[in-house]
Amino acid sequence: MTIGIGLLKGLWVTFSTMFTKPVTVMYPDVKEVPVDRARGVIALDEDACTSCMLCARQCPDWCIYIEGHKEEKPPSKPGGRPRNRAVLDRFDIDYALCMYCGICVEVCPFDALFWSPEYEYGELEMESLLHDKAKLGEWLQTVPEPPALEDR
Amino acid sequence: MNFYLELAIKMVVIFAMVPVTALVTGYAELKLSSHMQSRIGPYYAGVRWGWAQLIADGVKFLQKEDIIPDNADRPVFSLAPVMVMISTVAVFMVIPFGSSGYAIGRNVDMGIFYAMAISSVGTLGVLMAGWSSGNKYSLIGGLRAGGQLIAYELPLVLGVVGVIIQAGTLSMQGIVEAQIAQGWPFAFTQFVGLFLFLIAALAEMNRTPFDMPIAESELVTGFLTEYSGFRFLFFFLAEYANIFAYSAIAATLFLGGWGFWGVSAAWAGPFILVAKTFALSFVVIWFRWTFPRFREDQLQSLAWRWLVPLALANIAVTAILKVVI
Amino acid sequence: MNVDPMMHLADAAISLELETPEMTLNVGPQHPSTHGVLRLKARIDGERIIDVDPVIGYMHRGYEKLAEVRTYPQIIALLNRIDWVSGYANEIPFVVGAERLMEVEPPPRAQYIRLILTEMARIASHFLFMASYPMELGAASPFFFAFRERERVLDLIESVTGGRFHPNFNRVGGVKPAAGAGSTTKTVIQDLPAGFYAETRIAMDKVLAVCDELDDLIVGNEILHARTKGVGVMTAELAASYGVSGPNLRASGVEFDLRRTEDYLPYEDFDFWVPTGENGDCYDRYVMRVHEIRESAKMILAAIDGIPSGPIIAKVPKVIKLPKGEIYMRAESPKGEVGYYLVSEGGTGPYRLVVRTASFSNVSVLPVLLEGVLVPDLVAIFGSFDFVLGDVDR
Repeated sequence: MTIGIGLLKGLWVTFSTMFTKPVTVMYPDVKEVPVDRARGVIALDEDACTSCMLCARQCPDWCIYIEGHKEEKPPSKPGGRPRNRAVLDRFDIDYALCMYCGICVEVCPFDALFWSPEYEYGELEMESLLHDKAKLGEWLQTVPEPPALEDR
Repeated sequence: MNFYLELAIKMVVIFAMVPVTALVTGYAELKLSSHMQSRIGPYYAGVRWGWAQLIADGVKFLQKEDIIPDNADRPVFSLAPVMVMISTVAVFMVIPFGSSGYAIGRNVDMGIFYAMAISSVGTLGVLMAGWSSGNKYSLIGGLRAGGQLIAYELPLVLGVVGVIIQAGTLSMQGIVEAQIAQGWPFAFTQFVGLFLFLIAALAEMNRTPFDMPIAESELVTGFLTEYSGFRFLFFFLAEYANIFAYSAIAATLFLGGWGFWGVSAAWAGPFILVAKTFALSFVVIWFRWTFPRFREDQLQSLAWRWLVPLALANIAVTAILKVVI
Repeated sequence: MNVDPMMHLADAAISLELETPEMTLNVGPQHPSTHGVLRLKARIDGERIIDVDPVIGYMHRGYEKLAEVRTYPQIIALLNRIDWVSGYANEIPFVVGAERLMEVEPPPRAQYIRLILTEMARIASHFLFMASYPMELGAASPFFFAFRERERVLDLIESVTGGRFHPNFNRVGGVKPAAGAGSTTKTVIQDLPAGFYAETRIAMDKVLAVCDELDDLIVGNEILHARTKGVGVMTAELAASYGVSGPNLRASGVEFDLRRTEDYLPYEDFDFWVPTGENGDCYDRYVMRVHEIRESAKMILAAIDGIPSGPIIAKVPKVIKLPKGEIYMRAESPKGEVGYYLVSEGGTGPYRLVVRTASFSNVSVLPVLLEGVLVPDLVAIFGSFDFVLGDVDR
């Protein structure tokens, strides 16, 4: 067993790495900005939701809880028939169950759900991870513009 | 001054010095290893640069619960870390930090012989730890350590014999003075001995590439598995103080100790020795974080089939040249 | 009596048979180096292993039962969690099998995007191996070098799909078309984002550079040679009889790569080298993966230059219903052969899905290989198989 050049090359690699800048990002003073498409949290646009239940049905974990009722709206033209509008009572997503798969966002036909790269929503108890529509609506501000695409 | 007063003061100084060197060497390891791996290491402990990290770790270990497994052999279990610590502290008594009589614990006439002998008492401590833990992983680790430490005693001691022949004396202070008298350190002629001593010292300290007894990925810290709290702190401090002790012995024997060309001030001695010791400690830390570990049988065959014959050849050549030249 | 004292000494021998009982060492489910919760009941005699009995199932999540009550898009979201280290590569055989059954051909741009992401998953998985295997052998530094580069690849996957480990980007018919189904989100096409090509080029150049650096640090290291050369030799017949696949099989000399034999992605447009080993020992298994990282990086660079333009999904109905039939589709994932046997009775979900994973077969050969080796070799050998427990237990 001869101790040869391979060991010395290895020593040189670690020695030269000592003088390069470390790759550490000093969180929480410096935060890495996630990419625009990163799947962080799901934001809800309450006015657009019609309680069609597609997202709750398609969720693989069944972690969306929706309750709503119908309200009357004035007719669009005077003399027309009265219309109904669905209003949400409850739209909770249980982030302890959520798989972050995005199927709910994809199937929503009314542009009510969006992905946001927000990631600092940790809680101390599991029960606090059930977020209601107020919190989901707050996260709507963090939804970025969709990124530009490649040219070819 | 009074012999006993001087002895008491020296003992206090050494007992204070051992944890300090252990902490400094440990901190050096944390920072150096992190930069070798492109990360920062301790940063927030102690306002900036994390210098208080190990002090915080020490306080943390002290306040932990003292857990002794049911199967463990209580007296032996409690005594093992003490034996390892004692063997480390005792080596510090003969390291010369300067030219005067106050800079060395006791200038024992057979200083290097005493240092080698007392540092091998640590082997007993490791075997005791492995056996008494009542855990199969610890047993394997302890027995591996026993075999390894006994095997590498030989190259360690034989590597030093060349220096002794060339210096003509066994006392540590005498070896340093011989190097100062001849003007160049023994590393130039005894490079084989330095190489052997470094490798054998790595094995004696159970450090990679010879850390089979600890072997984190297989044995979950081997003989140390069941130790927690204050007892683990003893092992931990003893390991880092050992790095300093072996590096200091190597610096004294091979690199010229507290002497340096052109420096004759008495107060500069300790600084020079500490600088050389840290240079060698850096090499020890560098090796740990670069190399994988040897398998037990490869380790033993390296010691018995390569290092011992090389050491014997070195002694023969040195003896012949000493007579001829 | 004329007795020669030297001859006397040479003939003297101590013949004392020490009775040492054997010990059962449980390399238990919680262990620093089993890649997950694998339990190996090893009976050892000193340092030599007599036999090993692997116990698996600690991570069984019931994928086949889960698939019976889910729809096809929901199953795709679940499948990338089987082998979480290389998330994207697990979705591919299922989606291609569903497309074959439905007789839908994904457009060429979608196939190229799938190929790029699959090769990136391969690089990510092999970098994880290159990080953890030297760690098991004792070298702690390569872990950080390899993970640093893995982050680049994961960032690229995230910029396209939104997820690092669980991309969930395949759809039956192509890749994910739009961000949603509403009037505005329908127009947000999930094609490659701007800057992807430039960043991928930079990342792949760095990957190739780090492969060379890790070559210096690990592959050339003599201590590693001593630990892995000649250790855990697996002959080609043994590998084939146990169903071992992937780099483990190729290291034993069998030139078998599903990327060449199965036609699930446009690999024939690329000129890539499939490395094979000579001895089938741990060293060969290690070096296979280093070569595969390089080949994947070169393939990605060629794919970016030659990617066709066009739609990224074929015309498929909103609710996917497969016709009646069954199909077995397999693909080369970084760990080996991953296959899905899909039985459909014409519903929104499969009637039965059987998952054939690579690591399950790779682990089954361990009791044969681990007989009579030393305890440190136990870790070296099963580390070199690069299995993940999620893949073994599903």
